[in-house]
Amino acid sequence: MATSTIVPPASTTKRKREVIDQAVIRFCGDSGDGMQITGSQFTNTVALYGNDLATLPDFPAEIRAPAGTLPGVSGFQVHFSSNDVYTPGDSVDALIAMNPAALKMNLPDLKKNGILIVNLNDFGETDLRKAQMTSNPLEDHSLDGYRLFPVELTRLTRAALKELGLDAKSADRCKNFFALGMCYWLYNRSMTPTLHWIESKFGKKPELVRANHLAMKAGYSYCEATEAFQITYEIPPAKLSPGLYRNISGNVALALGFVAASQKAGIPLFLGSYPITPASDILHELSMYKDFGVITFQAEDEIAAITSAIGAAYAGALGLTTTSGPGMALKTEALGLAVAVELPLVICDIQRGGPSTGLPTKTEQADLLQALFGRNSEAPIPVLAPATPGDCFWMAIEASRIAIKYMVPVIILSDGYLANGAEPWKIPQLSELPEIPVHFETNPEGFKPYRRDPQTLARPWAIPGTPGLEHRIGGLEKQDVTGNVNYEPLNHEHMVRTRAAKVEAIVQEVPDAMPEGDSSGDLLIVGWGSTHGPITAALKAQRARGRRIGHVHLRYLNPLPKNLGDVLMRYDNVLVPEMNMGQLVMILRAKYLVDAKGYNKIQGKPFKQFELERKIEEILG
Amino acid sequence: MTTATLPVYSKKDFQTDQEIRWCPGCGDYAILSAVQSVFAELGVPREKFVMISGIGCSSRFPYYMNTFGFHTIHGRAPAIATGLKIARPDLDVWVATGDGDSLSIGGNHTIHMLRRNVGLKVLLFNNRIYGLTKGQYSPTSEIGKKTKSTPYGTADRPFNPISLAIGAEATFVARSVDVFQAHLKDTLKKAAAHRGSAYTEILQNCNIFNDGAWEDLTEKEARSEHIVMLEHGKPLIFGKNRDKGIRMNGIDLEVVQLGNGVTEADLLVHDEKHPRAAYAFLLAHMEERPGFPTPIGVLRSWEHIPRYEDLIAEQLAEVQAKRGKGDLGKLLRGGDTWEVRP
Repeated sequence: MATSTIVPPASTTKRKREVIDQAVIRFCGDSGDGMQITGSQFTNTVALYGNDLATLPDFPAEIRAPAGTLPGVSGFQVHFSSNDVYTPGDSVDALIAMNPAALKMNLPDLKKNGILIVNLNDFGETDLRKAQMTSNPLEDHSLDGYRLFPVELTRLTRAALKELGLDAKSADRCKNFFALGMCYWLYNRSMTPTLHWIESKFGKKPELVRANHLAMKAGYSYCEATEAFQITYEIPPAKLSPGLYRNISGNVALALGFVAASQKAGIPLFLGSYPITPASDILHELSMYKDFGVITFQAEDEIAAITSAIGAAYAGALGLTTTSGPGMALKTEALGLAVAVELPLVICDIQRGGPSTGLPTKTEQADLLQALFGRNSEAPIPVLAPATPGDCFWMAIEASRIAIKYMVPVIILSDGYLANGAEPWKIPQLSELPEIPVHFETNPEGFKPYRRDPQTLARPWAIPGTPGLEHRIGGLEKQDVTGNVNYEPLNHEHMVRTRAAKVEAIVQEVPDAMPEGDSSGDLLIVGWGSTHGPITAALKAQRARGRRIGHVHLRYLNPLPKNLGDVLMRYDNVLVPEMNMGQLVMILRAKYLVDAKGYNKIQGKPFKQFELERKIEEILG
Repeated sequence: MTTATLPVYSKKDFQTDQEIRWCPGCGDYAILSAVQSVFAELGVPREKFVMISGIGCSSRFPYYMNTFGFHTIHGRAPAIATGLKIARPDLDVWVATGDGDSLSIGGNHTIHMLRRNVGLKVLLFNNRIYGLTKGQYSPTSEIGKKTKSTPYGTADRPFNPISLAIGAEATFVARSVDVFQAHLKDTLKKAAAHRGSAYTEILQNCNIFNDGAWEDLTEKEARSEHIVMLEHGKPLIFGKNRDKGIRMNGIDLEVVQLGNGVTEADLLVHDEKHPRAAYAFLLAHMEERPGFPTPIGVLRSWEHIPRYEDLIAEQLAEVQAKRGKGDLGKLLRGGDTWEVRP
């Protein structure tokens, strides 16, 4: 962490500085161009500066599609502001496009007169052909409506690294840091956090540390030295509530939440998982926490992932499995087993576009009905849905707490957007975390494996190794109380109703629905999951125009808040925006006989604020 | 410590009050009886035993054992048992499974459990038929077999379970027979003593859907001609008059008649620790060859391969020794942070 690596702060520049309240910037390039790293670093830097922010990473399922082609384009968008930020931004103020394919794919989102930085060295005939372009946009005036800055990123990076004697290929890998350096200059940001990050990331390879440092500083100095940019932007820190913050993505927040739950419960966390996009990062993250006694088991398949977690739960651990839609489908039968044997278990479904393999890296909310009903017979499972990346932390703890208290499997529905998107997260004090009491049965006196707690209907957690509690459980229907195999008709009906009543009883844990905005009026928007951001932004804008709108965001999807029916009746219209064909709206209509309308987007992308506003205006006229 | 206070168990201590629902005459009764007897003798506190099963006739086993028991779903017993064993390495976890459960729907979990060498004792009840679903062919049914689902005979080549286990790098592979009670108990004790995965195939008769499947091996008159009992350090001899043996011939085996200059000293001496996979494969595949006997006993017992759950526990201990016990507050404050002041 040599301080000598830190360049003078941006304030030394002689250029005009304009103070603005927000900006949306998008880095895009080939999937081998390091756009995710570049975007993450920019995000980290603006977060440390104190801006509120939201991010939208958008990358292809292919690891390396042919270089320079349209399917290989990867992007990372950051919206940062001195005000509250709810979405990654509908459109982009500054676009950094590393090649023609990236330009073609991303230009439609750039605002008129927006800043457009392109790598001039990658606009040769072959590059244009790969992007299926017939003429060069840098020459055909098609970019006249933007502030275009063609920069020789490749040549300038190579020149900056000349003294290191790297081969051209290695030097070219650093050009994303050249671009990043330019953006730091443009938005008046210090390079220090990224310089430090490069040191810790490439510490073992000093030549890479030096190369990336040089490239970034060269980009910064290039802006400083050339007359290209006449203006730089300053976005003051946001007025976040006081406290200690870090930047967090949904997947990391889930991982930290489960570690916290395990610590609060005083039992080890066992994750059984099989790699699947976009859930794998939870496995990666948790595999690092062996100092917390976390056991991660990369199973042979999705079925072994959940069943090993059931085995661990049976043993007295906090059993967890993480997956996405296709994996969820494979776990279905085992979910039914967990319902039947009434063991605590948490299942995270990080939803992605489907059906089948679908859109592995794109977001969707179409597993709701699968989570609620996707099992044979009557197999109710509580379902929770975090609303923001930071909320994933709290929902991980809540799911664990409910699973243990009620002896049930609990499903968490996250999605690709929450999983990879990031936001500033206020780090909680340990005293703010809920208690998670665990009681292992030890008393053999009158022990019955299915004798229930009258308040929660939970059966005792009687773990192997406890003297005198030897008993058998299994997937065959059980007689209540004794747990013996039983096929009697009335016992079966009793058990089906009891399992349902147990899940219904969880409503006592569910806070009442409290609408944001107006508590009655013209329109209620009901959302769940990652649509929280765009709905909030749209609500604010539309209420500012005098419309009476409320917003209920459901974090508990089963059971639903007990006052939800009353709340729905207080508005003239009910709108349910979802990234599916209308799954929550179907539930609400069926359960509350309310004429709720769906608004559905199934494009693998989150709602934009303007789309929701347009819909609101369409309904309210 | 534990042994000093350990109650003296009898077979009865491992029986439950549940009515046994196997067909009268089923080979499973004999296996149950042997397991109950052996458990009483292992010197393990009863509450440490866990019996995990999948689906099928064999998988009803836990209900009849007065231990902790978990009757799970079809094929998944090894995976559930793996999670259990990783979380609680101190438990003595047994898996009861059948040829359909373990080799068809649960084939994937079976091979991965074996390659990892999780410390589970697997009892494979092999009756070469689906019993609980009333008589369809199984992955161990002989080719051409006519069953309810194959009225014109099967076209499926069968699995040889011990060969499969050896191929999956199992560290303990054995075979016994339901009606060979003394041998079965002896084999189960050896399996119990093995630290890693112990895979024991038990040839079992289904008197309803596949009666006499193992008759050649169990029928008193014929069996000594058709079976070779494997004993570590002993030559491979069989035959009613113990006058036949197995001899190495190049890289293959051959059956030889003792006498006329051929003596016991020429025969292959069984080595269950043999380090080469090929050795156990040669034995496992004898039964498919005309004139060769079927091997019964321990084919392989490798003690030097570490147990999976021990490796996991060691890794946890190593990291904790190096980094200390995790501090949750520190973890949450990890990475780059910034303070927003009031």
